[in-house]
Amino acid sequence: MSEFPYVKIQEEDFDLTSEVAALRKGHKDIGAVVSFVGTVRDINEGDEVSILELEHYPEMTEKALEKIRLEAHQRWELESSLIIHRIGKMYPTDQIVLVAVSSRHRENAFYASHFIMDYLKTNAPFWKKETFPDGEERWVDARVTDKEAEKRWMK
Amino acid sequence: MVNVLYFASFREMLGKANEQIDAEHSTVECLIESLATRGENWQKALLENKNLQIAVNHDVAQRDTQIKSGDEVAFFPPVTGG
Repeated sequence: MSEFPYVKIQEEDFDLTSEVAALRKGHKDIGAVVSFVGTVRDINEGDEVSILELEHYPEMTEKALEKIRLEAHQRWELESSLIIHRIGKMYPTDQIVLVAVSSRHRENAFYASHFIMDYLKTNAPFWKKETFPDGEERWVDARVTDKEAEKRWMK
Repeated sequence: MVNVLYFASFREMLGKANEQIDAEHSTVECLIESLATRGENWQKALLENKNLQIAVNHDVAQRDTQIKSGDEVAFFPPVTGG
């Protein structure tokens, strides 16, 4: 499972259709593909957001995401999976993150994609900074609800 | 020498992204205690911060994690990706 880049950290946008097509290519036994796309909201915590900037910790990010992905493959029977996370400056309605999972039967792909997103939220070293219309900046605080979401998968 | 990295709000509050520090510290906690003597911001961000996140050589670590010369130690706030 190594020749295909299953974890991508990139500044540029991604195309869902072509990414899913690449993920399915060569797998004739896939019966289900579940994909999740996270996008930039224009309002956070009641404030209008103009720019969202994503910082990350190179090397650790790739390692953390690959660990989450492999954990999903251990927990569920999957054919393939892909995580793309963008970094740098983004604007409301932009795509930030893509998680796509394929499996023979839908249930595994549903569970695994949900799991990967919940773990990514609390374990991958990314940080968001918001810029408001007046130029003020604010680092986004981690949410307690994200930590709660991770707990549902604890064995 | 230990390579120490600071990310996101820590980088801004502490005024640096990375530095080399003499590796006379046996654990992350020892390193934190030494850095905390630099002033209030360092105490707040590292020593007294219950939400401090630590990584050693790109893996999640704890305050009692052992460190040695050549290691990369990173300090950062809780992550907010996705």
